Amino acid sequence: MSNTTQLLRFITAGSVDDGKSTLIGRLLHDSKSIFEDQLSAISKTSEKRGMAAVDLSLLTDGLQAEREQGITIDVAYRYFATPKRKFIIGDTPGHEQYTRNMVTAASTANLVVILVDARKGVLTQTRRHTFLASLVGVPHIVLAVNKMDMVGYSEDTFNAIVAEYRAFAAQLGIHEITCIPMSALNGDMVVDHGDNLSWYKGAPLLDFLENVVIDYDVNTTDFRFPVQWVCRPQTQGYHDFRGFSGRIESGEIAVGDEITVLPSGRTSRVKQIVTFDGNLQRAYAPQSVTLTLEDEIDISRGDMFVKAAAMPQVSKEFEAMLCWLSESPLDRNRKYIIKHTTRMVKSLFSRLDYRVDVNTLAHHEASALNMNDIARVAMKVQQPLALDHYSKNRFTGSFIVIDEATNNTVAAGMIA
Amino acid sequence: MKLVENNNMSSHIFTHLDALESESIHIMREVAAECKNPALLFSGGKDSIVMLRIAEKAFRPAKFPFPLVHIDTEHNFPEVIACRDKLAADLGERLIVRSLEGSIKRGSIVIKDPDKPRNPYQSVTLLETIAEFGFDACMGGARRDEEKARAKERIFSFRDEFGQWDPKNQRPELWDIYNTRVHAGENIRVFPISNWTEMDIWEYIAREKLYIPKIYYAHEREVIRRGNAVIPVSHLVQPKPGEKVEVLSVRFRTVGDMTCTAPVESTARNAQEIIEETSTTRITERGATRMDDQTSEASMELRKKEGYF
Repeated sequence: MSNTTQLLRFITAGSVDDGKSTLIGRLLHDSKSIFEDQLSAISKTSEKRGMAAVDLSLLTDGLQAEREQGITIDVAYRYFATPKRKFIIGDTPGHEQYTRNMVTAASTANLVVILVDARKGVLTQTRRHTFLASLVGVPHIVLAVNKMDMVGYSEDTFNAIVAEYRAFAAQLGIHEITCIPMSALNGDMVVDHGDNLSWYKGAPLLDFLENVVIDYDVNTTDFRFPVQWVCRPQTQGYHDFRGFSGRIESGEIAVGDEITVLPSGRTSRVKQIVTFDGNLQRAYAPQSVTLTLEDEIDISRGDMFVKAAAMPQVSKEFEAMLCWLSESPLDRNRKYIIKHTTRMVKSLFSRLDYRVDVNTLAHHEASALNMNDIARVAMKVQQPLALDHYSKNRFTGSFIVIDEATNNTVAAGMIA
Repeated sequence: MKLVENNNMSSHIFTHLDALESESIHIMREVAAECKNPALLFSGGKDSIVMLRIAEKAFRPAKFPFPLVHIDTEHNFPEVIACRDKLAADLGERLIVRSLEGSIKRGSIVIKDPDKPRNPYQSVTLLETIAEFGFDACMGGARRDEEKARAKERIFSFRDEFGQWDPKNQRPELWDIYNTRVHAGENIRVFPISNWTEMDIWEYIAREKLYIPKIYYAHEREVIRRGNAVIPVSHLVQPKPGEKVEVLSVRFRTVGDMTCTAPVESTARNAQEIIEETSTTRITERGATRMDDQTSEASMELRKKEGYF
């Protein structure tokens, strides 16, 4: 691994029947990321269950409860690396809690691999996965047409599935899709090209994962710096030091730049960009830094630094797409708190506009919100928030909803 | 971070280590800002030494807004304890040590065999220490690549009044927005380096030139072979009749309880050589070195449910 290796986070969407676990197992196995003790543990289990070959899908089975029931109950994270990149896979199960788990895993992903079975083509669940990926704004989509061995590696079959999929994706405004035919079982087009799909001229999946450009997955233009922590050392030599620590969520900042503090609207200039490794002249998203300012103004956690040329909306009312995550439905008598960047505020649901059927994309009237529901809502908050449209900024356009009584995270929201 | 000039356009390469480091700093600052009384668990092992560097990056030039806490099994390697004390002193940060001995004296731990591994008892002293100081959040250096149960644990892992983890009832974690809220008496465990792998840790140790206990590097040591494992001879582990003491060049991939932490044969004498060895090894870190995790495929999950890290 070199000192320029990048990090790519991706998720796989599809059911066990599509060969999702086999695909992950194959990626780990063929990139030599499975260790002998892991392989021997799953070999033993495969044997116990009376399987002929080692079941690579067992690699992604984590907990005792799952092993007992033979199901995956949650999001699991897997790690592997090649000389070019380090990868984090968010592995989500494919059953009734699917929407909630996929939304959770997709929220941090650069890329999603949507699996379809070549024999079955585009199914309802393929549409659901694609809708959720677009809702959560995953920047890159790969359609993996798996089990090509079961259709005689037919180019026509592949082309027909791709055409149907592209037509559907276009309705969601998705145009950049990479479509790859493969057989995860036999290893065709996962890590190696293989001999069976010579008509396909594109790169195997791993090759694509290693090379897809992710530098622009973060918003590089609009400076957003939510203040996380006020650094006041009050130690020898630092009595007057007042630094504002946080992570640059998007854009960049340089010494001397004018900034506006939201929600107060006061302005100042950046005096220093302080890091443990020395002061910087310029810093970029997603660096964590500490800024000092030329002027003494009242600033605390939850405030946001921005630049006047690219301001977010500062508002106490907004509309959002919401994914309800909790087993307890929305109860309008309860108090809910919103956490947006580093700010927590009390909130009210002022309107439920409609619920989206994730299978048909049809809108339905929404009188309640239950687990896995996706809905358009209008909300009011007690103090103003600095908001961006989610499609422009995943970090300042997102929020979570917390039930004040149970402290559980009950919903994920995206500013619409 | 490196700056590379490219066709008059200044572009910058944000490496995987930069990305992981920035994420971990962000997590630690969230804990400091939102929790009332947090602590950082620090054992003197390599992962917790990486955590200290992350804390320096998050809070300097100020002091850490939390103490360092070590739950000492008194089965630790002396080199690790020496390193723990040196690093805490060099940083000028407050170190709280609570030992299993204290719990044994109180009677909350009853040891059946003094030479057996003590990891299972750590949970008791940890919970007593949490109660003694009223900590509402404890940060630990656990990583998801270490073990299957950890692969499914959240970065902010919510615990009930008994310190128990319920894998079926975890809070969903989206984007970089963490829900830190707890009721009185409950607390959270936070794992800022969840997304780091063993390789990342070594690359970071090399990049940051971190001082770590020298037993992580290859050295000659008296060992005995039991089954597939190589076990270090110490005052706690003596050869049984018929067992032969050998001197091998070994290093430790993890440094836990002396009675159950096995070294691996190695000649890697610095972080760079360990990176080279790690990139070709075919056995996981815990698989190679932790005898207590091998007893059952689910042993870590069970210990976590009991309040272990």
